[in-house]
Amino acid sequence: MERRHIEEKVFKVLMIAATLVILGSLFSVIVVILFKGVGALSISMITQIPRGGYYLGKEGGILNAIVGSLYLAAGATCAALLFSVPIAFSLQKEYLNPQVSNVVRLSLDVLWGVPSIIYGVFGFTIMLYLGLRASLLGGIVALTLLELPIMVRAMDEVLKMVPLELKEVSYTLGANRFETMFKVVSKQALPGMMSAVILAFGRGIGDAASILFTAGYTDYIPHSLFEPVASLPLAVFFQLGTPFPEVQERAYASALILLAMVLFLIVLSRLLTRRVTKYVVR
Amino acid sequence: MCLVMVENLKVSYGNEVVLKNVNLQIPHNKITVIIGPSGCGKTTLLKCLNRLIELQDDVNISGNISIDGEPVFDPDIDVTALRKKMGLLAQKPYPLPMSIYDNVAYGPRIHGIKKKKVLNEIVEKNLKAVGLWEEIKHRLKDPASTLSIGQQQRLCLARCLAVSPDVVLCDEPTSALDPFSAQKIEETLLELKKDYTIVLVTHNLRRAKRLADYVGFIFMGELIEQGEKKAFFEHPQNERTKAYISGEKYFESEEYGESGEQSIPEPGMVITPPPLYNQKGYKMGFISPSAKED
Repeated sequence: MERRHIEEKVFKVLMIAATLVILGSLFSVIVVILFKGVGALSISMITQIPRGGYYLGKEGGILNAIVGSLYLAAGATCAALLFSVPIAFSLQKEYLNPQVSNVVRLSLDVLWGVPSIIYGVFGFTIMLYLGLRASLLGGIVALTLLELPIMVRAMDEVLKMVPLELKEVSYTLGANRFETMFKVVSKQALPGMMSAVILAFGRGIGDAASILFTAGYTDYIPHSLFEPVASLPLAVFFQLGTPFPEVQERAYASALILLAMVLFLIVLSRLLTRRVTKYVVR
Repeated sequence: MCLVMVENLKVSYGNEVVLKNVNLQIPHNKITVIIGPSGCGKTTLLKCLNRLIELQDDVNISGNISIDGEPVFDPDIDVTALRKKMGLLAQKPYPLPMSIYDNVAYGPRIHGIKKKKVLNEIVEKNLKAVGLWEEIKHRLKDPASTLSIGQQQRLCLARCLAVSPDVVLCDEPTSALDPFSAQKIEETLLELKKDYTIVLVTHNLRRAKRLADYVGFIFMGELIEQGEKKAFFEHPQNERTKAYISGEKYFESEEYGESGEQSIPEPGMVITPPPLYNQKGYKMGFISPSAKED
């Protein structure tokens, strides 16, 4: 066989292998969590907050953590979105000298790589300085810091990909920079920008370390921004750390709920994305 | 009367000079065709006229362009107003990521027209002007990208006309199209010269002859010759213009091959292979801007 045909075959095998590794790891994570956790899963798990003795294997559920995680991640994603849209647009060469924007990009990449516990410790230090207790607000701020670089860079990459010709069309019609950016470029980049939001949300809802000190943990659903709040990742962590097998099983059930929530949101966003991609020009 | 005057225009990207010593007068309500081989700077010239060139990195411009006496490169003028005056139809159709209706309405909207009724009228009028209305009036809400390439290009022309420009700049607007759509565009352009001044860039000489009132020839960044169509094609003054025009059949057959257009001979026309092509290697060298002149 000719060398180039062998190359072709080898790369085909490698590609199939790569696909299998990815699908396999997703599948095995789901299967393991499902098997370990499905036994402890019940209606009361997702409809009740922990009753007395829940951590000893008695009555109750983890509604506090489910709601808390949604509060935290949704709050942080909204806050990050508020900042990252203008930042991502201003990084484009229409607004910022490429030399400057590349420095900003590098800084964001470094921030992206910062371990989340560092955001937690940083947030905690600031809160101590301000005399605040662990609270929903603190958790949202820490998660926002965690999500912001991810969202900005992901949006930035999408915006950079918008072809110059499309911008030229808009300029040719007499549009200014703002109109071009927010009426044309944003429409073209919208699906990618939604993916960026989902990516950041996924990071936020699954993160435990940054909210460990800043959001605390509680058995109740918070009623204000200044009360501590529970979260699913920490619920998993605490339950798995107990010596009781029933509670450990509940940790897997909690992980399963977390996984299901993330999967649900990703599927939902895909469906939404399909609606907004209708107008995208390829 | 000349609407657009280009004086001593020189454009360079970095160290590479793309246009030099370009002096050109573009007459009012006529079709001015700029011909020249690929890569000779025709598109750059067009992009200078509406200052789109400024979006490129590392570009240097000197010289003057004036439109109706108004200097184009004056830093104080409103670029958006200038660009509104100078519509541009690009080589490849680039619909905006919106519906067909919104594509046409985008321009008027950014210039402050909000009333639904007025917008409807503008959309209908301009889609009719490019002969697209009957084909797509029932699907105005569909994404513009669902149209065929030929329809997209006509939509782009309608979109360009919707902001009522003074000048329509066309950058080889039919080279990516099938012959039918290309013909429609050409017919539309001939229609439009009643109301608009048109500048068309092409390397297709037959198209130039069909459409032009006034012709300019650019070669390797220099404007070699310009004049009324008849004088230009029948009595070219410059040797290089003569060579380019006489090489017509060769150039055309190659371009038709590339773009998928069919080379249908016009009645009574005899197509002969270009003389002395192989022996001198003359025309082949001529096509490439990097080739030396002999």
